[in-house]
Amino acid sequence: MLEIRNLHARIVDDGTEIIRGLNLTVKAGEVAAIMGPNGSGKSTLSYILAGREDYEVTEGDILYNGRSILGMDPAERATSGIFLAFQYPMEIPGVATMEFLKVAMNEQRKARGEEPLKIPEFLKRVKEAAASLSMDMAMLKRPLNVGFSGGEKKRAEILQMKLLEPKLCVLDETDSGLDIDALKIVSDGVNALRTPDRAFLVITHYQRLLEHIVPDSVHVLYKGQVIKSGDKSLALDLEANGYAGVIGEAA
Amino acid sequence: MNMHTQPQRTPAETALIDAFGERLSLLPGDGAVMLKRDDAIEAIKHGLPTRRVESWHYTDLRRLLNAVPDFDPAAAVKAIAPIVEGSAVLAVLNGVSSTKVPAVEGVTVQRLSEKLIDGSIAPGLDPYGSDDAIGALNTAFVADGYFVDIADGVELDKPIELQNLQAGGQTHVRLPLRVGAGAKAVIVERQTGDGAALVSSVSQLVLGEGAEVTWLIVQEQPETATHLAQFKAHIGKNAKLTLFVMNAGGKLVRQEIMVKTTGEGADFKLRGINLLAGDTHSDVTMVLDHTVPHTTSTEVIRNVVTGKARGVFQGRINVHQYAQKTNAKMACNTLLLSDDGEFSTKPELEIFADDVVCGHGATVTEIDHDHLFYLMARGIDEKSARGLLVKAFVAEVIEELDDETIVEALEARLDDWFVAHG
Repeated sequence: MLEIRNLHARIVDDGTEIIRGLNLTVKAGEVAAIMGPNGSGKSTLSYILAGREDYEVTEGDILYNGRSILGMDPAERATSGIFLAFQYPMEIPGVATMEFLKVAMNEQRKARGEEPLKIPEFLKRVKEAAASLSMDMAMLKRPLNVGFSGGEKKRAEILQMKLLEPKLCVLDETDSGLDIDALKIVSDGVNALRTPDRAFLVITHYQRLLEHIVPDSVHVLYKGQVIKSGDKSLALDLEANGYAGVIGEAA
Repeated sequence: MNMHTQPQRTPAETALIDAFGERLSLLPGDGAVMLKRDDAIEAIKHGLPTRRVESWHYTDLRRLLNAVPDFDPAAAVKAIAPIVEGSAVLAVLNGVSSTKVPAVEGVTVQRLSEKLIDGSIAPGLDPYGSDDAIGALNTAFVADGYFVDIADGVELDKPIELQNLQAGGQTHVRLPLRVGAGAKAVIVERQTGDGAALVSSVSQLVLGEGAEVTWLIVQEQPETATHLAQFKAHIGKNAKLTLFVMNAGGKLVRQEIMVKTTGEGADFKLRGINLLAGDTHSDVTMVLDHTVPHTTSTEVIRNVVTGKARGVFQGRINVHQYAQKTNAKMACNTLLLSDDGEFSTKPELEIFADDVVCGHGATVTEIDHDHLFYLMARGIDEKSARGLLVKAFVAEVIEELDDETIVEALEARLDDWFVAHG
C-alpha cells in the first residue's frame, strides 16, 4: 500500500536535510511501528506523507497504491485515503467543530463519488464515534480543538480518523500526553479500525503504546534512515536496551 | 468643515452646490430647518475635507468623491425581505418614506418629512463640529426617513428593520429613534440598493434609563455607490447598546459612529466586520465619549481585505475628567489576503480622568499556514479551507451577539459575500 523509496527531504526554509535515503514498505492490513530517538526524523516523515509544504523532497519517491503522491497537495492526499493524526493538533478559533467534520466528511464522499451526508445521518455517525471514544458531545460544540486538553485533542484526532475512514493512517506520537485510561480508549479506537484493507504507520517513542496497538512490524529510524526492521520483539528489545545497541550495529 | 477655502472647487463640490440650488424649492422644512440647510451648504461651499483635516486624514473626501450623480426621483425600487423573518419593515425607497407602515404596539412611527415640515426635528440637524462633512451634506439635502419612538417599558419580540434602498441618483435620509426607559429592541438598519448612488444616511438614537438595544447596520451597497453614513447615540443611565456594523459593499464608504455615555452604568459595545474587496475604500470612524463615571465600553473590529481594497478604522475614546471608573477596551484585527490591499488603523485614547482602565490593540495578519495545512490534511481543498478560516475570523465577532436568530441572519449575509468574493 505504501512504498517509500530512497527518500531524501529537507526543510525548505534553511535547507537542512532531515530524511536521508529512507526505504519503507507497508502492506495493506499491516500495522508498522516507527521508533527512534528524538530528532531522527519521525515527525518529519509524517508531515511529508501528509504533504506539508515546509518540507521538500529532493530525491526518491513515495508510492501509495502504486502511484506517486509527491505531486499531490495535502487535501488530495487526504481524499485519496491518507490520514495524519497530529502530534499537536491545531486549535482553530471560529471554526465550529461540527461544521468542520461535516465539510471534511463530505469532501471524502465527494472524492468517492458519493452524495453529501444528510444531517441526521451525519449526527448519528458523529454521536456513535464520540461515544465509542468516551467523548462528550458538548466538546464538539466548541470551536475546533479550542480549549481541549492534550488528551481531548488526541481523542478528537482519532474521532476524525474514525469518521473519515482513511486507508493509510499515520499516527504521530498519539500516545504523548495521554494518561493510562485515555491511552486505552484511544488504542481501542485504533484497533477497532484495523481491517485487512487498511494500514497503519504508528510513530512512537515508547513500547507502552505498542502493548495496546500490537504492531506487525517495527522499524527503527535514525538520522533519516530506517536502520533496522523487525517484528514486535524489536520494540521490546529497544525498550530493554535502548537505541544505542541498534545504532552501534548500523554504524 | 475645512478651515481653509479651497482655491478651486472640484466637480463634485460644484455638483453638490448646484444640486442644492435646484432642489431647494422641493426640500421640506419650516424656517428653522431651512436655516440649518443654508448653514450646511455654506460649510460645503468652503470645500470638502481633505487629508489635511485630521479626522479625514485616511479618507480624503475631496479627492475620493469624484462624481456626484443627479437626483433621479423617477427611479423605482422595492422593499426587500428583512434579514430576520417577521421583522416590522420601515422602508425608505429612493429617499422617500411610505405612508403605510406596519403597526407595532408601543411603537410610534412618523415620516421624517412631516417632522421637517413642522420643524420639530430642527435641533437635531446641527452638524457634529466643524469637520462634519457627512452631517452637513445630510442636513442640506435630507428629505425623508422615519422618526421612531419606542414607549417606556416596551419589549419588542421582533426586530424593526429600517431599510434605506437606493435606486441610483442621490438619497439623503435620516432615521431618528427614541427608546424609552426600560424598553428593549433589536433594530436592523439595511443600507443597500442597485445604483451608482450618492447616499447620506444619519441615524440618531437616544436610549432612556435602563433601555437595551441591539442595533445592526448591514451595509451592502453595490461597488459603484458612495455611502456616507452616521450613527449617533446617547446612552442613558444603566442603558445598554450593542452596535454591530457589517460593511460589505460600496465604492467609497464612510461610516461614522458618535456615541456618548450620558448616565452612570451605561454600557456600549461596538462589534464590526469590514469585508473589503475590489477597488474600494471603506472607513469606519468612531468617536466615543465617556462623559460620566462608571460607564463601560468594548470595541472589536475585524477586517478582511482582498483585491485592491483600502480600509480605515479610526477609534477615538474620550474619557472626560469627571468620568472616573471608566472601563474601555478596543481591538482592531485585520486579515490581509492580497498584496494590493491595505488597512489603516488609528486608535486614540484621550483620558482626562485618573482612575480608569483603557486599552487598545491592533493586529494585521495573513492566513495561518498551520491552520490551512490542518484543514487540508482532512481533505478540504485549499479554496474551501481558506474560506473556512476567513469566515472563522469574522464569525467569531458575530457569534458573540448570542442571539441565535440574529447570528444566523448575519451569517447568511456573510455567506452571500463569500459566494460573491470567495
